[in-house]
Amino acid sequence: MLLNFRNVYLNNVSTVCGPYESFGPLHKNFDKCYKDNLYCKEKSFEKAEIRLLEDSIKILLKKTKLQSKDIELVIAGDLLNQIASSCYGSLNLKSPFLGIYTACATSIEGMLIASTFIDSGKTNNALVACSSHNMSSEKQFRNPTEYGSPKPKTATFTSTGGASALLSNKPSKIRVVNGLIGTIVDYNQKDPFNMGAAMACAAADTLYKYLTFTNSKVNDYDLILTGDLGKYGKEILKDLMRENYNIDLSKNYNDCGVMLYDLEKQKEVMAGGSGPVCSALVNYSTIFKGLMENKYKKVLLIATGALFSPIMLYQKENILSIANLICLEAI
Amino acid sequence: MTNKKYEKLVKKHTPKENKLKYAITAFLVGGSIGTLGELLIRIYIMIFNTSRHQASTYMIITFIFFASLFTALGFFDKLVVKAKAGLLIPITGFAHSMTSAALDYKNEGPIYGIGSNVFKMAGSVIFYGIISAWFFGLVRYLWEVLVCY
Repeated sequence: MLLNFRNVYLNNVSTVCGPYESFGPLHKNFDKCYKDNLYCKEKSFEKAEIRLLEDSIKILLKKTKLQSKDIELVIAGDLLNQIASSCYGSLNLKSPFLGIYTACATSIEGMLIASTFIDSGKTNNALVACSSHNMSSEKQFRNPTEYGSPKPKTATFTSTGGASALLSNKPSKIRVVNGLIGTIVDYNQKDPFNMGAAMACAAADTLYKYLTFTNSKVNDYDLILTGDLGKYGKEILKDLMRENYNIDLSKNYNDCGVMLYDLEKQKEVMAGGSGPVCSALVNYSTIFKGLMENKYKKVLLIATGALFSPIMLYQKENILSIANLICLEAI
Repeated sequence: MTNKKYEKLVKKHTPKENKLKYAITAFLVGGSIGTLGELLIRIYIMIFNTSRHQASTYMIITFIFFASLFTALGFFDKLVVKAKAGLLIPITGFAHSMTSAALDYKNEGPIYGIGSNVFKMAGSVIFYGIISAWFFGLVRYLWEVLVCY
């Protein structure tokens, strides 16, 4: 579904990251980095994730000079059961709260909902937040964190961090033009260690629909960015777009999972970053900066989410995926 | 695009794993652990002047202790990533799976955390170990009763 917005702006953003991201190529663009270890001065990984989210909200309030009572709506999501870190992390804001989940597509889903609320006049502003933590999600979705079971090269690495964005009807440098709510797709994928393959088809579906609905071309955008397809998923998407829709993505396309880390030096991240905060960390830092400094005029952000449920996979079901898209424009 | 065509595309962009290299690493690491175990057994026999059966129990306990200690100190998982099955298949892997699960769930307390999760991975090994031990015991018993007598 295509959503057109007339009066929604991205006012400010904040990003907080963990140690692996601090040593990545984008570290200078983050507001706060926990470099020492993944505990981030907390006792458990789950609490560390909550802290990352809380920190990002605090930093955003400071940057925008707003108080928590000024935030009319909070929309947040993460990977943990019962979206725990979003709930606990948003507690201190004491603002109306909407919890959301589309795995790694959460950040853009939040922006789409927030923009809809603002554009329809229901609220003046909304804070969109998301978080993920390498170890808390590893514990939840896979093996115990210290187990370190060998993984294939296609495996991605859940990134650690918290990221928040403030959208409002108050004009700023960046306008939210439109967006597309993705549909759930099933391409018979069953490998939990190749999420790039599970999600590339969703990204292609969303991107093609968006280009068709808006009657635009790939070259109309300075940058098209997918969320966390990783090194191999990125190539799948390029091939898929070329073979299926005759669309060439070789010039202005990149993937946040590939950008967040130095894949040559940081071998432990395998095929690249993943998790809801992966795309948010890149979008809310580097891309936001690029739009503010007029490096980019118009960008398409596609957050890709693998709706992976270990229980359903054990029951021999496929891994479903979804991709949400938003278009931002520097004015 | 059909699922079949997509599958082809995925396959094209899935890098080949160097299985031969992994197998050789696992063989060498697993083999050295076996050799070390044999060495320990002989040392224990010499020092404690005990039977081979008893000494092998001591050897297993030694391995379990060190694997668990290294897991707790936080570097066994890094060794596992390098040595792969060479460290996971011997008793070291079994001990590691229990210690890592216990470490993971220590924040949830002794009952709902450690107690109910420590066998998260080792549980399957124990369960099917007991079942197959029972089954092969039965086969051997029947063999001895029916054939040998």
